[in-house]
Amino acid sequence: MRTTMRTPLKALRAGLLALGLTALAAPAASAASPSASPSPSASASAGPVTTAGTTFLTAATLAPGQDATVAASTGDYLYWAFAASEGQTDTVQVNVTLPPSADRTGPQTWSVELFDGLRRRQSCTAGPQNATAQQSAASVGLSCTLRQIRSWAEPWSGDPLPGTYYVRLSVGDVPQPDLGLAAQVQVHITAKGGADDAQPEGGSLKAPLVPPVNAGSTAAPGAAATGSAAPNAAASRAAAPAEPESHWYSDVFSGWNTRWFWTIAGGALAALAGVAGYTLTRHPRGRRPAGPVPAQRQPHAPQPDPYRS
Amino acid sequence: MTTTSSRRPARPAGLLAALAITAGAVLSGLPAHADEPSGGAPAATREAPKVDLVLDVSGSMRAEDIQGKSRISVAQKSLSDVIDALPPEADFGIRTLGATYPGNDKTEGCKDTKQLFPVGKTDKVEAKTAVATLRPTGWTPIGLALRGAAQDLGDGPTTRRVVLITDGEDSCAPPDPCDVARELAARGIPLVVDTLGLAHDDKTRQQLLCIANATGGTYTDVRTQEQLTQKVKQLVGRAADTHNVTPAKASGTDKCETAPVLTPGVYTDREKFSEHRVYRVPVKAGQELRASVSVTPDRAVARDYGVLLQATDTAGQELVRGSDAGSGRTDVASTGVRWSAPDAPDASDSPSAPSGKSSAAASAAGRPSADGTVCLIVSNSFAAQPGVQADPGLPLELTVDVAAASPAPDGPAMGLGRGWILLLTLTLAGLLTGLVFGWVARWRIAVWREN
Repeated sequence: MRTTMRTPLKALRAGLLALGLTALAAPAASAASPSASPSPSASASAGPVTTAGTTFLTAATLAPGQDATVAASTGDYLYWAFAASEGQTDTVQVNVTLPPSADRTGPQTWSVELFDGLRRRQSCTAGPQNATAQQSAASVGLSCTLRQIRSWAEPWSGDPLPGTYYVRLSVGDVPQPDLGLAAQVQVHITAKGGADDAQPEGGSLKAPLVPPVNAGSTAAPGAAATGSAAPNAAASRAAAPAEPESHWYSDVFSGWNTRWFWTIAGGALAALAGVAGYTLTRHPRGRRPAGPVPAQRQPHAPQPDPYRS
Repeated sequence: MTTTSSRRPARPAGLLAALAITAGAVLSGLPAHADEPSGGAPAATREAPKVDLVLDVSGSMRAEDIQGKSRISVAQKSLSDVIDALPPEADFGIRTLGATYPGNDKTEGCKDTKQLFPVGKTDKVEAKTAVATLRPTGWTPIGLALRGAAQDLGDGPTTRRVVLITDGEDSCAPPDPCDVARELAARGIPLVVDTLGLAHDDKTRQQLLCIANATGGTYTDVRTQEQLTQKVKQLVGRAADTHNVTPAKASGTDKCETAPVLTPGVYTDREKFSEHRVYRVPVKAGQELRASVSVTPDRAVARDYGVLLQATDTAGQELVRGSDAGSGRTDVASTGVRWSAPDAPDASDSPSAPSGKSSAAASAAGRPSADGTVCLIVSNSFAAQPGVQADPGLPLELTVDVAAASPAPDGPAMGLGRGWILLLTLTLAGLLTGLVFGWVARWRIAVWREN
């Protein structure tokens, strides 16, 4: 009979051990998943990008924390792409070293614009997005802070979502004789915040707004219009934010967040309060429950406490 | 004893369960690394980047006005540096204009463009010698030289780049080099002309700006030799980096029924002023359509402009629209839309319904057509300046993607809470429960004592 008792016990213990292992592994894995904030080491090792694209399609990709230093001509349209993930607030800072003022004939206005992965213009919450440099100025500084990236948004809205973002630097207003002169451009992108404070909570975008950059294929107008648009796994894509690792428990356990600690603390407090409440009513150590009047108290042999059983 | 034997398998089963759980945890971590994006995987047959350098060797290149040196010597020195630093994979060629005919006959002088080096793997020593022996001679047939360069570069799927170094306006128009550039760009083979001007007069600048603008290239006003060297190196590098990124050609129609059906990817087309172009994209239930469009004003346009991208169902009902507008100098006007197809309808047989009769029924039900086709209508509100030709249309770039739709979030995760109110509520609830249980227990004891 001993064995019969012990076998299920052992099985239970083994199962518990496995559960414990996975439970231990879970927070470690979620902690190891790539965090949204740019790591300073990456920027140090990669060095600045020295290229810039001239269209959305050819935009040069900037890794998180990586800078760009590019020799440009006044009047060029320069494009860079970077990836942003939910909860981030990205700031693009641009510094343009202007051509020698002796070569210039008038003021010029530079502007930096941000577009999301669908090439929709994104507003800046802080600037200056445009700046006019007088003829005597040696450089001009621009910056644009994006709205915080949301974790989910209505398809009909223009809210910033995780995915690729494009930076376009251009000269809006310039005397024609000043076009083509050499300028030096520095771009610096910083990101702050992370997935923890992404809004709306619990929302997620199934696929980030990362546009394909491969050539598509056209079906004949008469062809059946069904079934040919399966998402193409071989498609090449623009800069994409690092995806959090997905595990078998990802659907059940969304990772540690502060809600867990609040809820666990609340549970503990409730348990304590419950015990306290019970004690208040049920265990009046110094008092007697309602019953015989105190006058009947016997001075000799102390009565055993009825509640100590 | 019978009970013992029947329960014995419980032990291996428990161990097995433990193993399965841990193995699952380990294995599930692995595929995450396997499907990392490979960063633009190279196609099996990849064309080398092709760059043709068009060098002006007309008589005016003798002028000594770049840091005291003659224009031709500056160009020769820079080119020699550039040839030394050519990326190994690049196909590089050189074409000259005005290098051979020294006479005064315009018809003869304006045919004077010849291929100095074919586009291909360049012998660096030979190329440098050939460039060094050039002497400024003749006329400036830029338009003809551009046509020649386009021929040198040949046909193919990837972007070709022409780097034009010149010091003067075309002295041979017609053909107007700007029209030639636009015509070459509209031919269907992706071609970008980057221009570098060695002279600083207005007419040259305007012409070179026009050529660059017509093909999506850049214009540089060369003031120093270092600038020229650096810029040409940058352009050759850019050709090597981005030549492979070329959209497919599509031609939209004016009606949805006849529009081409697009799969995810990038397309290019031409759209005239005030023209509407329509494309179709199949979107199944539970999928999300993502489309963006860019229209490039490659000629002189009015100050204010706009672009509109509408998605409609096959019955013409608008689903979503994206638009952008602006004013002033720009290279492109872009906008995009997202649209989620509604979830699969309750009747499971409707996807298999013949698509012919479905559109009326579907629009009556308030849904887009059951075959899930969305029409994308692209229109622009660019306006031509007086005297600007309308044909060929403005270059248009359309990106289509179909991804999994993202349903609306169902509130904070898993019923977990946050905040002081939560703590207070839980504590009070605990306290009340404790009190109630305490009172019940006390009442029960009182009852027990009474009995």
